[in-house]
Amino acid sequence: MSADLTRLAGHELAGLLAAGEVSSVEATQAHLDRIAAVDGELHAFLHVNAGAIDQARAIDERRASGEQLHELAGAPVAIKDVLCTVGMPSTSGSRILEGWIPPYDATPVARLKAAGLVPLGKTNMDEFAMGSSTEHSAYGPTRNPWDLERIPGGSGGGSAAAVASFEAPFALGSDTGGSIRQPAAVTGTVGVKPTYGGVSRYGSIALASSLDQVGPVTRTVLDSALLHDVIGGHDPHDSTSLDRDWPSFAAAAREGAAAGDLRGLRVGVVRELDSDGIAADVDARFQEAVQLMTDAGAEVVEVSCPSFAYSVAAYYLILPAEASSNLARFDSVRFGLRVERPGQTVEDVMGATREAGFGPEVKRRIILGTYALSAGYYDAYYGSAQKVRTLIQRDFDAAFAQADLLISPAAPTTAFKLGEKLDDPLAMYVNDITTIPANLAGIPGMGLPMGLGDDGLPVGLQLLAPMFEDDRLYRAGAAIEALLAERWGGILTTKAPLLRDAAAGGSSGTDRTEAAR
Amino acid sequence: MSEITREEVQHLAGLARIALTDDEVTSLTSELSKIVDAIAEVREVAGPDVPATSHPVPMANVMRDDEVGETLTREQVFAGAPSHDGERFRVSAILGEEQ
Repeated sequence: MSADLTRLAGHELAGLLAAGEVSSVEATQAHLDRIAAVDGELHAFLHVNAGAIDQARAIDERRASGEQLHELAGAPVAIKDVLCTVGMPSTSGSRILEGWIPPYDATPVARLKAAGLVPLGKTNMDEFAMGSSTEHSAYGPTRNPWDLERIPGGSGGGSAAAVASFEAPFALGSDTGGSIRQPAAVTGTVGVKPTYGGVSRYGSIALASSLDQVGPVTRTVLDSALLHDVIGGHDPHDSTSLDRDWPSFAAAAREGAAAGDLRGLRVGVVRELDSDGIAADVDARFQEAVQLMTDAGAEVVEVSCPSFAYSVAAYYLILPAEASSNLARFDSVRFGLRVERPGQTVEDVMGATREAGFGPEVKRRIILGTYALSAGYYDAYYGSAQKVRTLIQRDFDAAFAQADLLISPAAPTTAFKLGEKLDDPLAMYVNDITTIPANLAGIPGMGLPMGLGDDGLPVGLQLLAPMFEDDRLYRAGAAIEALLAERWGGILTTKAPLLRDAAAGGSSGTDRTEAAR
Repeated sequence: MSEITREEVQHLAGLARIALTDDEVTSLTSELSKIVDAIAEVREVAGPDVPATSHPVPMANVMRDDEVGETLTREQVFAGAPSHDGERFRVSAILGEEQ
């Protein structure tokens, strides 16, 4: 029974828990066992929650006493290390916060706990979410469960690898320039960046405050919707949190899956994201996805967003500028690392602490951001980047006048090899072209599987919706997922190699690649 | 090619309070020049007529009710501090001898 529990989709497991057929202790233990078996190789987790079984038992006792619990109560969840968690270290992948245990829970974490979900632990990430591969984690990279020599995406590679390898049915991520959607693409999983302000940023260790957004990471669209329903909504602790009534995203996902078609949906293919930079096999899967949507009754049109050509440049000015300011809080005074020698001033201590505590990518971006904000350069760089942001919003407005949803590949290639882009920051930055525009504009986006590339590795589709219209992602995403599952005989992650077999034999099964082409 | 010099990187590192090593200054000088070249194109696109966007959803003066809320206890605040005396964070000298 234990091995089967980890293979269930989150909503299926939650159904068994609610029906009393499986206890939270059993479900939690099954996932802890899976972590113990495979995480030595994967390194998706930085910390495993020692209190998980006790917390699961408490949920079981409440359920046994007849208490009406949330529909996800007792289900295990993995939490990206960017989020503050009482009782578990929260490092954001950095040495400067090594061992730091926050005095409060991030709002999304508090809401998970209130709904009775059981935290399994904290997942690995690029340091302060700066990266697209998890190779910038101060604690070593996470590996892609589809091929251990490849990256799981980033910055949220740990959460994506955890759900892809059945270590967790649910996980939380954060997406500043694609850190939920790109890992979903390269691990064959589902991830959603909500509308900016849809989920509270309170307790999320800030990277770039005008771009950061916390969201769900799962294997199915419905599971993401269920998690989004739990974590979303207004939070007075975050002044940028949106005070509005959101529809049930789970209801939207269920409607989409039940409809089984896309009739009446206008879908826009973004010309600028369907171009030279997209690998041939990714493009082939994308054209097939367009055909699938057309066959399902969607009206597909081409839209043009000419300013997207400048989005990477604008992003790599705005993000470092905001990050250089946000990361000033790591000053060696109130929390985190302190490196000091007798006789030094507090300023010397700050410099030595930040030198020792930050990794190379963090230093690079802080220095770049400091440069962009310097007198004499501010208007030319930061000011211009903010204008590009306006142009990108206008492009989206025009595109959404023609289409209900926009689509593109979620990442330009399948997972690249560990080390392949580590020494070339610009190559890593350009990789984010498909996902960055949504963050600059604040609109919601989803990454979901659309097949396998020539190398047998997952390829992701990106859906983008207008501001506040997150439910469109879930309705259409669930319909597309159902149509693809019908073709493949199951969702894509069911084709993922069994990790222990892969580790022992080296050949991770060629049979998995055929069905999803 | 952007004109970022070693001295400029050292100055930025001082502003950012990061005591970079000489090797780091060397690599950052070269990397930053390349990165700035790649992103300098933002200067070309938008004219003076395009307003800047700082935030995806415009908001102004988000206020909460003026009521006492929950706060952290002193113990919670100091639990993560590198050094404290139970009432205050402890740091080394603010001013050096030459100041």
